Amino acid sequence: MAESKSDILQGTLDLMVLKTLDAMGPLHGYGIARRIEQLSEEALLVNQGTIYLCLVRLVQKGWIKAEWGTSENNRKAKFYSISKPGRKQLVAETANWERVSGVIGRLLQLGAQS
Amino acid sequence: MLTRLKQIGARLRALFRTSDLDRDFDDELQSHVAMLAEDRIRRGMTPDQAERAARLELGGLTQLREAHREARGVPFFDALAQDLRYTFRSLRRDAGFTSFAILIVGLGIGASSTIFSVVNALLIRPLPFRDPGRLVWVANSGSENDLSGQTVPVGPFLDLRDHAKSFSDIAAYYAFYEVGDKKLTGDGEPERLTGVPVSQNFFPLLGVPPQLGRSFTAEECKGNYPVVLLSAGFWKRHFASDPGIVGRKLTLSDRSATVVGVMPSSFDFASVFAPGTRIDLFLPLPLTPEVDRQGNTLSMVGRLKPGATVQQARAEASVLSEPIRVRHNRDELRFTLGPLEEHVSGRLRPALFVLACAVGVVMLIVCANLSNLQLARTATRQKEMAIRVALGAGRGRLIRQMLTESVVLACCAAMLGLTLAVAGTRVLAHLDAISLPLRESVHIDAGALGFTLLIAVLTGLIFGLVPAFQVPISAVPDSLKDANRGSTGGKSHHSIRAMLVVSEIAFACVLLVGAGLLIRSFLRVLDVNLGFRPESALALRIDPSSQYSTQAKRNAYFDEALRLVKSVPGIEAAGLTDVLPLGHNRSWSAGAKDKVYSIAHPPPDAFVRIVSDGYLKAMGIPLRAGRDLTERDNVSSQPVILINETLARALWPGRNPIGQIVQYTDRDRQVVGVVGDVRHLALEQGSGCEMYLPIRQTDDYASVDLVVRTALPLAGLAPAVRAVLKPIEPNLPANEFRTLQQLVDKAVSPRRFVVLLLAGFSAFALMLASLGIYGVISYSVTQRTQEIGIRMALGASARELQAGIIFQTLRLAGMGMLAGVAASWILTRALSGLLFGISSTDPVTFLGMLAILTVVAITAGYLPARRASRIDPVMALRAN
Repeated sequence: MAESKSDILQGTLDLMVLKTLDAMGPLHGYGIARRIEQLSEEALLVNQGTIYLCLVRLVQKGWIKAEWGTSENNRKAKFYSISKPGRKQLVAETANWERVSGVIGRLLQLGAQS
Repeated sequence: MLTRLKQIGARLRALFRTSDLDRDFDDELQSHVAMLAEDRIRRGMTPDQAERAARLELGGLTQLREAHREARGVPFFDALAQDLRYTFRSLRRDAGFTSFAILIVGLGIGASSTIFSVVNALLIRPLPFRDPGRLVWVANSGSENDLSGQTVPVGPFLDLRDHAKSFSDIAAYYAFYEVGDKKLTGDGEPERLTGVPVSQNFFPLLGVPPQLGRSFTAEECKGNYPVVLLSAGFWKRHFASDPGIVGRKLTLSDRSATVVGVMPSSFDFASVFAPGTRIDLFLPLPLTPEVDRQGNTLSMVGRLKPGATVQQARAEASVLSEPIRVRHNRDELRFTLGPLEEHVSGRLRPALFVLACAVGVVMLIVCANLSNLQLARTATRQKEMAIRVALGAGRGRLIRQMLTESVVLACCAAMLGLTLAVAGTRVLAHLDAISLPLRESVHIDAGALGFTLLIAVLTGLIFGLVPAFQVPISAVPDSLKDANRGSTGGKSHHSIRAMLVVSEIAFACVLLVGAGLLIRSFLRVLDVNLGFRPESALALRIDPSSQYSTQAKRNAYFDEALRLVKSVPGIEAAGLTDVLPLGHNRSWSAGAKDKVYSIAHPPPDAFVRIVSDGYLKAMGIPLRAGRDLTERDNVSSQPVILINETLARALWPGRNPIGQIVQYTDRDRQVVGVVGDVRHLALEQGSGCEMYLPIRQTDDYASVDLVVRTALPLAGLAPAVRAVLKPIEPNLPANEFRTLQQLVDKAVSPRRFVVLLLAGFSAFALMLASLGIYGVISYSVTQRTQEIGIRMALGASARELQAGIIFQTLRLAGMGMLAGVAASWILTRALSGLLFGISSTDPVTFLGMLAILTVVAITAGYLPARRASRIDPVMALRAN
């Protein structure tokens, strides 16, 4: 029961992380979390811990790569970057997302008209 | 798909790098917290506040770490690895318990795997032939132990082979081959060999080609061609597996014979068709009229045509019996048949079934015992459990932990058990004294390995189940509060342990009664009046060699041999015979001359022995009436015969048989003496009709054994006899002597085998049950230390206390025995086929076993009782 809910969230979070990395280049976990919060204009409160669960999954799937590096403040941090299969996945996911959101949008409008 | 594989791979890899990955993630989190805190400080928080806020924002670090581990690894294996680590730690801490558990489970598993290997070899694994399921054993319908009654002559065999349509072929071997009837000379030490004549199609029908050389040709099977095939064992033993053996000429019983091939080691004729013997050679069996005239001599193996069933073949053989019987004028001929596998191991099926059940019961007792010990451990570990519950372990997780522990124990024990089973099967395979079919093929194979693993896991689960569910549901407050002592599982806990002990006693009782019945049967069998006295008697093969070509020469040889042997000091009697008891046997029909017989009223069949004077005395067979044979009963004198009491009663009931005439086939013989009955077939079987013909009046014998009786120790006798026979028998092989006691021992060896195993199992069961009793009583004494202290302070005497505790023991034992006796009463019925001379509800056995159990229970209860009576009341009360 809890699983189906988290699955949806997971999927969305995956997409957001992939898109962020695609757009911003290599980033560490904190950076990704900050970026998503900023972009959603603080409307979406992501639990920062869950970002890491999402990241480890994506690494294992081979969609992103991780590497230790130094942050802008000269701090040791793990940097994530999108890989070639990750980009492909992003394109597919984006198309899928648009199709689904289009369908949902039309459905909701239908409800409003009647 | 690829992504999925990658992910699975990564997860599995993560399993083995837990600590690396943990450290990596910790570093990452640390830098995250630091960055987050810096951010907060920039927004105006103090460093302390910032750090705290950062941690809060991330959620609990421990939980996050756990979640991370779960996300990247395989949670099931992760938990398993954790359980295993924990298990090994706790088992190491409790080394005494661990080694005891491994020892008893190991013994149990060792016994189970050994028995399984025997069952596997005899009942499960197919015979070592091509498509063995289609092989059938074809026999004449005579009695089971009478070889003559089971075999057929050549003519009917050929007729059946040619006319029966259910078979693709039928082969035969000559069943009256004599053990050691071929003497190998001129090739190192002279040695007596056993050769089986087989029909030309015998090996092709079984689907076993020679590993070297070739099988017999049709031409070689037409007459007495001097060719032999060697068994793999003989080839290896005598010729050191010489690859150039084919074509060598051997001197066998003074005749030259050419080796044409060697059979593979997988083909063991003896272990399938003649358990407990050794076969060295195979010879061509000529299916000639001469062999036909010898009467019933052939044992047959048939291969069913594709599609034909055993029932069809049986019906057809039965129908064909009639015309074949008439054509060959053989009144007694009737074909029967059954699957070959049944013929080989069918007789042992009940014994193996009993052993398998016994081993199962032993395993149940082992499980009950370990459950009990584990329960005692959980009682002392209650607090540990409670702490783990408090720290967030779920009940399921704890149960899993407990089960992991018991399965790990059982698997460790399985390793010990496997070692024991390998040793046990090896010993068994080399115990020549046991005549068990397919004994040599008993070994630990893949099947036995799988069985052992299965048994180990099952055992672990079974004995872990009860203790596992004793894990507290939420006993946190109780167990933790009870900080001092007596943190038991309470009353229900104790009653479960008592129930386990009761069931242990009940199981042990069943085993004891079963073993007791078999032991008593065994003693009865040993006690049977054999009709001869096996002690201080020795047998020696002295077949006359081919230089004694006429009957007169052979008789002179016998006279000389007997004279020489009797001159050895200490020899009380010496005689000759063609068959020793409990070995081969043959029967002829023997009628009284003054009676008329018909097919409806046939003359009785009597077992034939060709003997010399002195044989009765050497064997210790009593002469009941008339006279013994003498040297003068020879070719030129009147044909005479000795008969046993059973034959005398059968032929001339109520009349004096001395002087009567016995008629068999074409000759008449006058009865000169009546002798006692001899158990010739098996110890368990009555004698039947027997007759003794003088060796000097016939040449119808295949081998000759010299039997000597002495007052001196048997050990020194053999060299003396060999030395004295040297002038007439220079090539006497070294391993020729057999004591009659050895013959008897071999005949009872399968029974002894079953009895020994079952007795071993019950002793083990008894030991476990007594340990179980001791454990429970001793535990309850410890629990009641205070109570006992108070009682003593109030004036109870040590004797009263002891009596109370022993009474408690006896109550447990009594309940167990009641259940055990009830179960035995029903179960021992399955034993009835194996019993001899007693019924399956033999009261002596039942009472005896109950007495043993009671004594053991009292002993097991006495030790804790004594401890209880020595409790110092002051100490006991102060201890709280």
